[in-house]
Amino acid sequence: MSTGHDDQGHDHGHHHHHDHDHDHLHPYDPEHHHPHRADQDDSMTYYRLMEEAVRELMIDKGLVTADDIRAEIEAMDARSPANGALVVARAWTDPEFKKRLIASPKEAIAEVGHDIGPMKLIVLENTPEVHNVVVCTLCSCYPRWILGIPPDWYKSRSYRSRVVREPRAVLREFGTEIADNREVRVHDSTADMRYFVLPMRPAGTDGMSEEALAALVHRDSMIGVTEVTV
Amino acid sequence: MERDFTARGHHDMGGLPAGEINRDEHDYALWEKRVDALMMICTNRLKLMTVDQLRKGIEALPPSAYDDMTYYERWISSVTNTLLERGVFTADELGAKMEEVRARYPDGVMPEGSAGGGC
Repeated sequence: MSTGHDDQGHDHGHHHHHDHDHDHLHPYDPEHHHPHRADQDDSMTYYRLMEEAVRELMIDKGLVTADDIRAEIEAMDARSPANGALVVARAWTDPEFKKRLIASPKEAIAEVGHDIGPMKLIVLENTPEVHNVVVCTLCSCYPRWILGIPPDWYKSRSYRSRVVREPRAVLREFGTEIADNREVRVHDSTADMRYFVLPMRPAGTDGMSEEALAALVHRDSMIGVTEVTV
Repeated sequence: MERDFTARGHHDMGGLPAGEINRDEHDYALWEKRVDALMMICTNRLKLMTVDQLRKGIEALPPSAYDDMTYYERWISSVTNTLLERGVFTADELGAKMEEVRARYPDGVMPEGSAGGGC
């Protein structure tokens, strides 16, 4: 699965190609759609300078160490959509786990070895009747402890403005068509309460292992802008 | 001048008209990850600030700055302001340190807001 735009290792093949011609008319395909925009590593800017100054002041005052910052970044890089995908695959294969996941997400997610962090988390189960999608209209609140740092589009003015008013049109931009007779529910996150979508298990996956199922679960399906397909 | 308390904040954009979603993603730069890490440490470990203070600082930005700054530029601006307000360091200390850091980059520093906006 294509999970990582927040990896430090830069080990995926397309990393430094900044000159893609992006054709947004194509349906969204997480395996092949791999657009990038310029990184901000290459030029010194006022706010980058500010970060360096504040970090050094904090170190000079003995409040943090360079190692603390490094460790925090490593912990952040370790949080990826693969963590969430494992939770989804477990819920698909273990009905009792799914019940616990919906009733008390923190404890259930701890069972698979992950921490949801200090925020409250609500798990939204997609069903044949209801499709859920998550946004933070005011900012960028996101279940980052189990999905990593949110994608750029999640923080964009277009997504935050539009998905609450015309969710079906927004989903269509991601290549997701929700049948008219299926309700679409949009959930607006807050700083203290985050949402996690439990997508529907696709047909044709009977007998697949938890690991194989987890590999099908893309980040965007846990935000609710896509569905899981085989 | 009278303030209009019913006007919605610039950050409060849910439901407003907007264009097509740009789904391009960028790999977070090391400096951006450092801002994120510093914020997490300041809130979760040092208890020097809260997520709400981060948001307050971001939401207080003038609309043009909000739009022109990148996501983590908004964060470091808010974190810095909050730490100044809390007296973790003084404006003089920050100014001196900024000059010290600036001197390390003889090729110069791009002016404020030049990094290109959005997120």
